[in-house]
Amino acid sequence: MDPDLVLLLNGITSGLLLGGLYAAAACGLAVSFGMLDIVNIAHPALMVAGGFLVVVIGTALGLDPLLVAVLLALPFYLLGTGIYTVYHHFFERRGDEALQGLAFFFGVMFIIEVGLVMAFGPEQRFLDPPYAYVTWRLGEIDVPLRMLVPGLLAMAAIGALWLFLQRSFTGLAIAAVAQDAEALRLMAIDPVRIKRFAFGISIALAAVAGGALVVVQPVEPSSGQVFIGRVFAVCIMGGMGSLPGCILAAFVFGVVENVTATFYGPSWSPAVAFGWLLLVLAFRPQGLFGKAA
Amino acid sequence: MNTTTRRELGRLAIAAAIGGAGASGAAFPSFAQGSNPIRIGYSMSLSGGLAGNGRATQLAHQIWAAEVNARGGILGRPVQIVFYDDQTNGGQVPGIYTKLLDVDKVDIVTSPYATAMIAPAMPVVMQRNMCFLTIFGAGVNTAFKYDRHFNMNVVGDNMKETYARGFLDIAAKLPSPPRSIAILAVDNDFAQRAAESARFLAKERGIRVVYDRSYPPSTVDFTPTIRSIAATRPDVVFIASYPPDSNAILRATSELRFQPPMFGGGMVGPQLAAFQQQLGPILNNLVNWDVYSPEPTMQFPGVVAFLEKYRELAPREQADLLGNYIPPYAYAQMQVLEQSLTRVGKIDQAALAADMHASTFETIVGSVKFGASGEWAEERNLYVQFQNIRDGDLEKYKRAGTKVILAPSRLATGQLQHPYGPPA
Repeated sequence: MDPDLVLLLNGITSGLLLGGLYAAAACGLAVSFGMLDIVNIAHPALMVAGGFLVVVIGTALGLDPLLVAVLLALPFYLLGTGIYTVYHHFFERRGDEALQGLAFFFGVMFIIEVGLVMAFGPEQRFLDPPYAYVTWRLGEIDVPLRMLVPGLLAMAAIGALWLFLQRSFTGLAIAAVAQDAEALRLMAIDPVRIKRFAFGISIALAAVAGGALVVVQPVEPSSGQVFIGRVFAVCIMGGMGSLPGCILAAFVFGVVENVTATFYGPSWSPAVAFGWLLLVLAFRPQGLFGKAA
Repeated sequence: MNTTTRRELGRLAIAAAIGGAGASGAAFPSFAQGSNPIRIGYSMSLSGGLAGNGRATQLAHQIWAAEVNARGGILGRPVQIVFYDDQTNGGQVPGIYTKLLDVDKVDIVTSPYATAMIAPAMPVVMQRNMCFLTIFGAGVNTAFKYDRHFNMNVVGDNMKETYARGFLDIAAKLPSPPRSIAILAVDNDFAQRAAESARFLAKERGIRVVYDRSYPPSTVDFTPTIRSIAATRPDVVFIASYPPDSNAILRATSELRFQPPMFGGGMVGPQLAAFQQQLGPILNNLVNWDVYSPEPTMQFPGVVAFLEKYRELAPREQADLLGNYIPPYAYAQMQVLEQSLTRVGKIDQAALAADMHASTFETIVGSVKFGASGEWAEERNLYVQFQNIRDGDLEKYKRAGTKVILAPSRLATGQLQHPYGPPA
């Protein structure tokens, strides 16, 4: 096979796998930022906190990191409802959610990072399942399970969430609260309760993403900073609140980054990927799957 | 000589860690009133990206301070370390040094870990004419040309012409002398200087550079980059990377089964215990820049005893478990200060600088002499090769034979194994 074609195919494959990780990191934000209009800039930090807990619990109990991540989803859901309760009480209820709410989540992010340093130290932590060192060779294409398995888990989690949002009454209420919270009140549904529930789900997804991150790479307290720009960009490119859009945008981001790195060097990757974001927004300001206002 | 108990050392170190954890914390080991301690101040990255090395440095300093005080201090005065966490944020550093000098009124200032944090401190320190003994900077004084700056690092003052020399000397011993090299470096000062050295020396030796690119520190997946490098079929690969990336680069290289005759360079990360624990056999035959290895040629007086103390305290202090990288040099940094203060007999910044320019210092990392620019007069860039590694067990890194020194030849303890990455 032509060497350039091999490079291209592998660039696309590794980009799709990287997109799986981005989707894992961004899907929770698609709920909180995309549907609830909560600029949770601490989402990547919560993902890293989830990663640290996955390492600690998984190491202590000898469990697979992804299994631990799924088990952690419930405690993280509760944590999310707690964070939202504080946020709503002090900011949203007073109409201060825009700038002061953003400052609140900045604060949460710093507290999490410093808390992780104090609790676990600044060193990298890891928990490698056996499959993390296995790479499938499909002809000329390499597929490392270190990237594939977390990506599949992310797709499963997003798929389950999408079904929940489409098929259940509460899921439809979450979609409704994103559009018109006051209209929900007319139907005797408390929008604050729905938002608390949805925010809890978004933080539960951060725990799942933390498990995915641990399989892909070791984590350190500041690991989340690398993802802040990317996850927000993925949410915006996909269309606010659209889970299929989030997945597609994550794949686009991953593929553009890796194909660029393959042929033009990694220095250009972020510039080209964010350039695509601008391009998409120029032609579809509402994002790939967003609905025009 | 040292009468300090392990428990006392631990207590001091813990107090320091707790005190320094916040942006404005400081550690003040207790002394009798009127003891008039010599106060040594610095900023250190105890959180953020450089915290791993920052904490290890801090622990080495605390061990030194406890030992000195147990011996009766310096010039009859105990030493007291005053430090603040710069959170790996260069923007915090000038403010911290201003506070140390103007509010805390420390007697001596030393530096935070590494170039990116040292450079912002320089203007403040220079403005007050302080003698400045730094740790693991690289060419910081090239721009400032400050005659009271001294740097504890092996790279010397001509990084471009010396840094990668050992690496290419080793490559020249391959069965087929290398004809091509691939260079990849992260976008930061140290790595770019390292890459510049590899580029310069490769050209000098007639080695063709077939890949020469940088990458941003935010890169997550190195698979496409390593595949592109592999496509150029280089004889030698020189990587200059920082910790999170070094791990991802080595994982990607392993996954792609890329096994060039020689692979390594100036990767920061493989020197640290967490990497060695996780990567295990992936490190086999990596030829990498280093500063210390417990090989027979580096058994300088005191280094073994220091590392024993360090390793006992490291787990509790959440610092690098082995201490084979920066800690011996951080301890040696303070030994230089101690010897200079003792010789000068008073705290006089000009006299201290003059003494540091003129003297040779006996430390646990060997004899140290500073050149005109304040860097080591004679560089000592080590290139080690990880050999015969089967797992992530750290015990073997405490003994000779795992990180075998290949360059410089005067310290060499083994022969090059090739290619990179075969199973042990």
